Amino acid sequence: MDKLFKSYEGKIPENLLKDVKDNLPAKVDKAKAEKVLERVYSEYIESKVDAGESVGLIAAESIGEQGTQMTLNTFHYAGVAEMNVTVGLPRLIEILDGRKNISTPMMEIYLNKPYNKGKDIKQIALSIKETKLKDLTHEFSINIAELIIEVALDKKAIDSVGIDINLVGKKIEKALKAYEVKQKDNIITIKSIKEQPLNELYKIKEKLKGVHISGIKDVYQVLPVKRGEEFIIITAGSNLKAAFDNEYVDSNRTTTNNIFEVSNVLGVEAARQSIIDEVFKVIESQGLNIDKRHMMLVADMMCSSGVIKGVTRYGVVSEKASVLAKASFETPIKHIISAALLGEEDKLNSVVENVMLNQAVPVGTGLPGLQTKIDK
Amino acid sequence: MSDEGKYTYKKVKSIIFGVLGPKMIKQMASAKVVTPELYDKEGYPVDGGLMDTRLGVIDPGLKCRTCGCKLKECIGHFGYIELARPVIHVKFMGLLQLLLRATCRDCGRAMISKSKKEKYLVEIEKLRKEKGPDDTRKYIKQVVIKDLATQKKCPHCKTRQQKITLEKPTSFFENEKRLSPIEIRTRMEKIKDDELLMFSMDSKFVRPEWLVLTVLPIPPVTMRPSITLESGERSEDDLTHKLGDIVRINQRLFENINAGAPEIIIEDLWDLLQYHVTTFFDNDIAQLPPARHRSGQPLKTITERIKSKEGRIRHNLAGKRTNFSARTVISPDPMISLNEVGVPSVIAMKLTVPERITEWNLEYLKKFVDRGPKSYPGANYVIRPDGKKKRITDEMKEQILEELQPGYTVERHLMDGDIAIFNRQPSLHKMSMMCHEIKVLPAKTFRLNPAVCAPYNADFDGDEMNLHIPQTEEARAEAEVLMKVETQLISSGFGLSVIGCIQDGISGNYILTTGMEMSRDRAVDIIMAVDLDILQKIPKKDKITGRELFSCFLPDDYRFTGKDKSGGEVVVKKGQLISGVMDTANLGKGSGIMLRDIHKKYGPKFTAGFISNVMKLGVYVIMSHGFTTSIEDTDLPTDARKMIVGVLDKSNKESEMLIDQFHKKTLETFPGKTMAETLELKLLEMLNKVRNITGEIVDEYSTKETGTIIMSRSGSRGKPLNLAQMAGCVGQQAMRGGRISSGYKNRTMSCFKAGDLSPSAHGFIRNSFKYGLTPSEFFFMGMTGRDSLMDTALRTPKSGYLYRRLANALQDLKVEYDDSVRDSAKKIVQFSYGEDSIDVSRSEKGTINVKRIIAEITED
Repeated sequence: MDKLFKSYEGKIPENLLKDVKDNLPAKVDKAKAEKVLERVYSEYIESKVDAGESVGLIAAESIGEQGTQMTLNTFHYAGVAEMNVTVGLPRLIEILDGRKNISTPMMEIYLNKPYNKGKDIKQIALSIKETKLKDLTHEFSINIAELIIEVALDKKAIDSVGIDINLVGKKIEKALKAYEVKQKDNIITIKSIKEQPLNELYKIKEKLKGVHISGIKDVYQVLPVKRGEEFIIITAGSNLKAAFDNEYVDSNRTTTNNIFEVSNVLGVEAARQSIIDEVFKVIESQGLNIDKRHMMLVADMMCSSGVIKGVTRYGVVSEKASVLAKASFETPIKHIISAALLGEEDKLNSVVENVMLNQAVPVGTGLPGLQTKIDK
Repeated sequence: MSDEGKYTYKKVKSIIFGVLGPKMIKQMASAKVVTPELYDKEGYPVDGGLMDTRLGVIDPGLKCRTCGCKLKECIGHFGYIELARPVIHVKFMGLLQLLLRATCRDCGRAMISKSKKEKYLVEIEKLRKEKGPDDTRKYIKQVVIKDLATQKKCPHCKTRQQKITLEKPTSFFENEKRLSPIEIRTRMEKIKDDELLMFSMDSKFVRPEWLVLTVLPIPPVTMRPSITLESGERSEDDLTHKLGDIVRINQRLFENINAGAPEIIIEDLWDLLQYHVTTFFDNDIAQLPPARHRSGQPLKTITERIKSKEGRIRHNLAGKRTNFSARTVISPDPMISLNEVGVPSVIAMKLTVPERITEWNLEYLKKFVDRGPKSYPGANYVIRPDGKKKRITDEMKEQILEELQPGYTVERHLMDGDIAIFNRQPSLHKMSMMCHEIKVLPAKTFRLNPAVCAPYNADFDGDEMNLHIPQTEEARAEAEVLMKVETQLISSGFGLSVIGCIQDGISGNYILTTGMEMSRDRAVDIIMAVDLDILQKIPKKDKITGRELFSCFLPDDYRFTGKDKSGGEVVVKKGQLISGVMDTANLGKGSGIMLRDIHKKYGPKFTAGFISNVMKLGVYVIMSHGFTTSIEDTDLPTDARKMIVGVLDKSNKESEMLIDQFHKKTLETFPGKTMAETLELKLLEMLNKVRNITGEIVDEYSTKETGTIIMSRSGSRGKPLNLAQMAGCVGQQAMRGGRISSGYKNRTMSCFKAGDLSPSAHGFIRNSFKYGLTPSEFFFMGMTGRDSLMDTALRTPKSGYLYRRLANALQDLKVEYDDSVRDSAKKIVQFSYGEDSIDVSRSEKGTINVKRIIAEITED
């Protein structure tokens, strides 16, 4: 049987072959199995794309048409009622724009084996959440007479995060240079080494509030959720690199919805997959139906140059070889002028230029020519 | 064919862009413009004026003095004017600034050492050859320019570089001194050809001194035709106005210079000339007041003509207009086939199909000509072999009939079976333009089968659609093979049917297949109305069940197992529907699993026929069975009413409790949320649950098969939620994912107390539509209604822009013969389309249905 399957490798795509393997009843004889494979193969050949098919436009149409049916509703509650994420059309636009800063960055953190059973999940979640100094204090006060800032720590809060109280002082010391930091149990006093005006002290006080104490930076909310058998942590705010360094985190499965972060940490191939997944998520959440091939094509187009390019005049469109094609999109004058300076040649290989010149477009039926032999 | 040898067919192979130099401008000009006057006293164009007949003609009767052609034949010729003083071209300001900064003011060489220069030049040449102009420009901008523009001293002659500033829009300052265009031009002249490449210029196409204009090309008259108003007055084009200004000031400047006028006056005129030339190119520059008409409306000059949606490129070049088209209101006709479009006879007599006369069809076409344009089916025009078009009129008819012979073409009226392309905007799909066969019908609307509404996204509340008639054999063949409705049944977006039964078509089949029984007579009646060919398949029994009747339309060897909408098993064996109900899951669009299966097994033609037949069947069943929705449908037994009230009261209490907890600050908060936010979330969740519960109650107690229930169960129209809102409770009105909270301070409406957090004060509607809403409830309903209207209005342009961007970015990707996907520069985007080269429109929901194949083969 395995031999039989092997002979079809390369003829039938891998995933289809696997599909056959999985679905074939156990007691089937070889002749029938071969018949099945032969049929799958012939149907596969029949359903292959024609050469010249304008697949790009079909992808654009499929996504664009469905886009008109999406709601603009920005916010949606993911699962349990606490976290909101951008979904729908705004999110789709955000992904395809290739924006560096997205409006609601989010991570799905999977945990390593012993931790994902749900024991102490709240503790783990809290340790992942970024803790800033202001979360651990009762109050900041300024002693004007001696030019000292006094920070009164909240012991209860510190205990709930589960860190050593002396660590706080050390973290502050690290964050502030040229300041003398003293810690006496739960009171931290900060004094400038040099003489400084009072308003400088106020600035420092504000800066102190944001000092990073523990957890993953930029993660400002955590939410443990049960997914299937195990527990995962959904976070608001994303920092994939730091998350991977965390001891609890399973770096094989943890993901973020920030495509640029994926690209930076894991490379473009991962970013491409991430674009596909994220677009798919949007489409799915709206109850729409688009084939994955279309998203793949868009993602491949965005990533084909090695870095993520948005579907904008600065991104994918600017990569086009044709001057007229670029000009027909946006800022035509700019494109024509810079083309003129270099004496660029438009070879009229793509669609719009030929539409402009009333010539057959080189896709689909415009592609083949006819040749006849004439007997003389 | 007789056209042979008459036309030379040429194909444009490429277009090269470049910059016009003064010499070139003079060479291509056919006249020098010296006077701002346009016409003399007789209204004849002045020699050397802007409307000079050497620049082309726009008046009937005049002849162009350059080519000797008349109006519409002469395409126009350029002229030029000699500028009294040079003037800078606005569009090159940035480049000029760069050139001034990066070249020596003394020796004109690029401010860069020789070794570095050579290194860059080699790199640039290499990039140009290998990567193309875009990457070259990028490299220059990011690497070369940074090096060039930061030098302080000329490495060649050691002259110190001065600070060059650009005072927008058009003047340069060196330190504090203004640089006149003459000085700039002399500096530009000094720049060496071989260094130009470092500024992304190619010396073969452009010299830097050309960026400062000394002569100005005058566009041909045909590019700026004047219009004659009703009063006989002439109204000139915006460009002519602007050119008039330029010529006038230019002449004044000439005179003043010759007369030796003081420098100040000359400077002023010079600046004015600069202004006019600048606005001639672009009248929308931020720092300049736009040149205006006397009415105060800004002039539309060259840049405005080209750019934006209404500009030349997007409006005229990328978008074309067409003849042989029609547009009118659409209306439904379930009795015509999916492939047909009903065309009103008025339109059929206006639109024509050219038919060439051969010796075999001469007599046939003569009859059309004889009937003429006024009686159907006639003909409107006859085209002689030399291309002359003759209108058929009563007087001419005899003569035309005489001369008709093979080689002539007759433009005859549309007839049944002709090919047409039917379209509804917005054309977001390829399914928004499909090919139909024409069926000429009375009345004045286009008729289409309601099943094809879905791909067009059409309804009949006044929608209009367009019809195009392809005029050549190739176009017709292509339309028929590639665009016919039956070829578009499967969406290329997701691989399932986009065309399926809708509305009554589904309801009818649902009624039919849920245990309907009828006499043979009635069954015969129904079948007769749908499709006569199927008549013989009716079982020879006295009583016929609905399933048997439906099975008549299935192929004899059809086998299918699937699920219906409610999860029941649908089994078809040997063309007999054994169990299951026909509803939207199997017949509808979007899902239509059974339709997809039939399409795969019996092909598009059969499926198209099947859809129309089953639609008709549904409609006739409904007609003979009777079907209505009424207020009665929403009646509930007293028990149910009581239960709903109970649920509502309970929820009220629960919410009071929550609010109470909130006021006492004992409410347990969600992590990361304030107590108020937590309360909102909890209330919202609870109130949404309430509606679901009432929905369930309504569902449970409305066991009678009323029209409303049939529709929602079969999936033909409406959801259970709609019934629940009519009979049970409308539920919470949500805005931006929360309860309604806007309005007055601390309250939504003045009829509530400030700080009231109860459900009724924040958009919970406890009544049903049937019972009626209270005034405040009605207002809340209106709020969300308006909100959703706003949502649609805002969404349309956003998604439209996204679509345009996607289409523009992906339009030239195509599958090559080796299955790879490449763009127009043959750059590979995917090695194999979608990783397996499967065409979505030939797949079953994106894959090949392996399970089906296995079942088919193992069950044999």
